[in-house]
Amino acid sequence: MDYKEINNILAIIVIKDAKHKVGGGVPVFIVEDEKEQQKIGSLLARLTLSMLHDLGNGINIIIKH
Amino acid sequence: MLRIDYRQFPSYPHSYAIHLTIGIIASTLGALIVPVLLEKEYIAVTFLTLAAQQFREVRSIERDSLNSIEKTEIVPRGEAYIEGMAKLFEARNYLSLITSLITSLLFFYLGLFIAIIGGVVAAALLHIFMKSPTISDIAKIKIAPLNIDNKNIGIDNLVIMNIGENEALEKWQKEGIGIKIIPKDENARATLFNSGQRQVILHDLSILMGVKLDEGLQHFTPLARIDIDYGTLNIIFLPQEPDKEFIKEAVGKIPVLESSQRKPLKSSSGKKAAD
Repeated sequence: MDYKEINNILAIIVIKDAKHKVGGGVPVFIVEDEKEQQKIGSLLARLTLSMLHDLGNGINIIIKH
Repeated sequence: MLRIDYRQFPSYPHSYAIHLTIGIIASTLGALIVPVLLEKEYIAVTFLTLAAQQFREVRSIERDSLNSIEKTEIVPRGEAYIEGMAKLFEARNYLSLITSLITSLLFFYLGLFIAIIGGVVAAALLHIFMKSPTISDIAKIKIAPLNIDNKNIGIDNLVIMNIGENEALEKWQKEGIGIKIIPKDENARATLFNSGQRQVILHDLSILMGVKLDEGLQHFTPLARIDIDYGTLNIIFLPQEPDKEFIKEAVGKIPVLESSQRKPLKSSSGKKAAD
């Protein structure tokens, strides 16, 4: 692995209000607010040895680099 | 041949013993060539091909062993660095063979005293000629502040990493350091473009300056990205030792890989395009 590239989205963490913006075959975690989103996101990232990214529209994704 | 520096490679004492022994074998072979040829025993040259075969084996052994420990490196060396090291170890055997050949030639024709001096000079000259350039030879190094915009981390206008965790962003804000490596000419730009070379810089930097990183903390991974408009290499990382002067010095001393060196300025079209 010389260079890192995006090849795998493991999960999506979405705030309740933005629920309609996601879909597809990836596990989706729906959370109440940004605080819970942060908590769930960092926990999942650490458990799956991957990284949390913020798309900026209430959607966070976990990506295995 | 067995210089040990910050890379701790060859590792002491066992790898050291291996390479010392093979080096002695190589130099003995080199020293034997002259008397054997003078005796007109030309068939003995086949032994040299056998030796060359053995030295090539050294290269693949080094490659295999470095490849197998690569998974245990938090910041990996990268394949280009491993290949460069393996090549170096093969070449070192040939160098000791050449040195002993020169020494035995001098001994045969000019005597013991001159042979000793000649051997030392030959070894020193080969050492100088075989030295690879370092980053400070091909580029200027600058420390730059990180530019954190919303959830994106970068240097100047270049975005290098997007981080979702606020906690991690705060740490980058407080302790993160950016490095700009500005190539001196088009040759240097093409060399820094090589992703193997970038990985070498990251790996060596993480050894020299320490890096705040562990498994499960991927958001602290040091990253190197090219600014495609100017060819500048931008690095972000979280050092254990946030001493800017020494970071600059450390980056300057990182070797430029033989395999990543490009010389577009040597071609006429490359030279004209650079104007």
